[in-house]
Amino acid sequence: MEIRRRKNQIEISELDPFLAELLRQIPASGNTEGAPAAEQRIFSLPVNGKETELCAEWKMYVEPELRRLFQTATQTVGADLEQLNGNEESLANRTLRIPTKHADAWLSALNQARLVITAKNNFTELELSDHLRSPIGSRRDLSLFQVNLYGFLQEFILRELDC
Amino acid sequence: MNAAPLTAEVAVPLIPGIPRPKSAGPSTIGAPTIEKETQAEEELDLPWHVVVHNDPVNLMSYVTMVFQRVFGYPRDKAERHMLEVHHKGRSILWSGMQERAELYVQQLHGYLLLATIEKVS
Repeated sequence: MEIRRRKNQIEISELDPFLAELLRQIPASGNTEGAPAAEQRIFSLPVNGKETELCAEWKMYVEPELRRLFQTATQTVGADLEQLNGNEESLANRTLRIPTKHADAWLSALNQARLVITAKNNFTELELSDHLRSPIGSRRDLSLFQVNLYGFLQEFILRELDC
Repeated sequence: MNAAPLTAEVAVPLIPGIPRPKSAGPSTIGAPTIEKETQAEEELDLPWHVVVHNDPVNLMSYVTMVFQRVFGYPRDKAERHMLEVHHKGRSILWSGMQERAELYVQQLHGYLLLATIEKVS
């Protein structure tokens, strides 16, 4: 896999089917349905104490807005990822081009996915910082690899935004 | 050394650029009790902190970028706060009125950061 900036696009080329599939899973990975821990993390409360009135207002007015915001980002990323749709053979060494104007949506969707996967698997801080863990021998290892891959993509996008 | 008199009377126009009408007597607008009440409400609203909590998932570079965007902090200040969150578990990013603090927290949640508002004890 190669990643580089080309004019107004971030280009991820030489994507093998495995990595392409992991990228295609970004929108689904950020889905909190059926995962209370993930839902609690993504839609955390604005206070630690007993400000029940504030929490109720937050749930009623702010949370729906946040849901829309996250959904819009995921939809944008989903649309970009359609470039990777096709049969197994056509997935070989594919190239994904992300318009730089979609960078914020990608940062958000990647973050959602990383947070939800982490919450679902209850990864420890130690596991998250173990970037050299290999090989992928279990579903848990694969999820950790996903978190790290998405983090790598985030870093690259952030670096490009900084330029 | 002579100090300028502090109680000099100055004819201030009611609206800048428009002369004060001759018939206008001493202003009685703005009853002091109302102003004091408003001020008191603001004082009650003042002591709220916007606190960001540590989260092992969010990247350090991402958190720095969010602080720059949301609070308009220069990079070095944003990085200092990010490092405080990372090492101490939390950092107070801003203090002030509740309404604005809530708005900041909403923005931070929009970037998926763990943020809360806290009333200063």
